[in-house]
Amino acid sequence: MSKLTACERLEIIRHKDRPTVNDYIPAMFTRFMEFHGDRLYGDDAAIIGGIGYLSETPVTVIAQVKGRNLDENKKSNFSMPHPEGYRKALRLAKQAEKFHRPVICLVDTPGAFCGIEAEKRGQGEAIAKNLAEFMTLRTPVISVVLGEGGSGGALALAVCDELAMLENALYSVISPRGAASILWKDGTREKEACEVLKITAENLSDFGVCDKIIPEPEGGAHLSKEIMADNIYEYLVDAVYRLNKMDIDTLLQQRYHKFRKIGMFAE
Amino acid sequence: MALEDLFKVVKERFGAEQQVQPVTDEKEVEIPQDLLFKCPRCSNVIYNEEFIGALKVCPKCGYHARLTWKERLDLTVDKGSFREFDEGMHSLNPIGFPKYEDKIDKLSEQVGMNDAIKTGECTIRGYRCVIGIMDSHFMMASMGSVVGEKIARAFEYATEKKLPVVMFTASGGARMQEGIISLMQMAKTSGAVKLHSDAGGLYITVMTDPTTGGVTASFASLGDVILAEPKVLIGFAGRRVIQDTIRQRLPDDFQSAEFLQECGFVDMIVERGMMRKRISNILKIHGFPKEGTGR
Ligand SMILES: [Zn+2]
Repeated sequence: MSKLTACERLEIIRHKDRPTVNDYIPAMFTRFMEFHGDRLYGDDAAIIGGIGYLSETPVTVIAQVKGRNLDENKKSNFSMPHPEGYRKALRLAKQAEKFHRPVICLVDTPGAFCGIEAEKRGQGEAIAKNLAEFMTLRTPVISVVLGEGGSGGALALAVCDELAMLENALYSVISPRGAASILWKDGTREKEACEVLKITAENLSDFGVCDKIIPEPEGGAHLSKEIMADNIYEYLVDAVYRLNKMDIDTLLQQRYHKFRKIGMFAE
Repeated sequence: MALEDLFKVVKERFGAEQQVQPVTDEKEVEIPQDLLFKCPRCSNVIYNEEFIGALKVCPKCGYHARLTWKERLDLTVDKGSFREFDEGMHSLNPIGFPKYEDKIDKLSEQVGMNDAIKTGECTIRGYRCVIGIMDSHFMMASMGSVVGEKIARAFEYATEKKLPVVMFTASGGARMQEGIISLMQMAKTSGAVKLHSDAGGLYITVMTDPTTGGVTASFASLGDVILAEPKVLIGFAGRRVIQDTIRQRLPDDFQSAEFLQECGFVDMIVERGMMRKRISNILKIHGFPKEGTGR
């Protein structure tokens, strides 16, 4: 795998031809059916959800939608979900639990949307609920960060048994730009912040946050969507096979422990 | 003035309020600043002594100002009943963030606590519970490893001992200086809350000024009962961030406790002087036994 800086990876994941879930879903799942709505308020196009087959196994797919062009991005709000998006995700996860389907979350977001309506409908509550409910969801959950893992908006789909990241994906508590503007009152210094924050897949593996790095084609996923989709597919088939075999109570204990042990302090 | 009377007065004044007035009296009044309190909501200036006598509630607009953990503890728990957990726990520097240790050391000295939360066991009017108090004076009570670990342990202890948890929340959100580790504390704390809940535990959240960001988006929003102090700030996204997104000014009461209640995210707004009693009543109605005589 290549040794790139966080900043160079940021350039790669921002490439206009970077594949998105609109490329991956048809390539990885057969007979995918999209399900709409949170049954409470509406349907958020920033998150696609539905069911399909991964190889022979029925799975539930929950995916954040980066657009491939401006029109797609307008529709999916640049992949910044509202509360109803997170609530749709939870509804489909609960449905998966009921019918013993593994859940596959594809994470790719700058963050949860920040706006008046999002606040009114409880963005904080919606994310919190997902964190709590996914922790005890009685079916395997696998999350893959495809490009951008933006803070709580990403974590709401990433309380899982295994977290994988594409080689160039970044996952951070705050956007590099946001960090720069807090640290130095200067958002244009995002490149510096990028390195300080330690947000690459390799960094996150060291911290015990990322369990698996999925290799990208040399130069980035945009250079071969097919190879990239194959690599993710291969990982998912293996992970679903492994996790599906496990006793569910053992799996849940492991999931809790995976997050429980993260932290660095002295006493 | 008796507490109840005081709050009647505060309450009566709730009606007429909140034009934001620029404070012009800095030049006119030559009083040392530490003698005065200027309300960040309505810019009303009063003597500190009067302000403290009113439990740090602005008599003009009813804003419930930020307390230190010690002030909160004294107002809330039975005298001498608090037994602190994990007193010595302190932060390391997981991502090697520049000058983070220095900042922590300096604050520890200034604020007199190792990190932004105190947890422990206590009684409130005779009812035993696990309590957590966040203190915004310590790095805006942002959540890093120490806050996350203390909360997780507090809930695990409460689950084991079948105790209710009362959590006074205040926070600017996740602690950027601990990078991804701080984000993971959201999952960790929410998980611990969920296990406590699944075991039948009662969890009361009390949202105080300000409860925002990653704390709102994790354990703070997961209470069985969610209380809030009047006029405090509660939200997910920062006001400035939203204003930058929508490019217009937000109404003054946006993200206030009252706004959140209207939107359906707060059960009750409780004035500071009544909080102790309210909490104990909630513990009582859930069937927890009263110990000793209480107070
Ligand atoms: Zn005021």
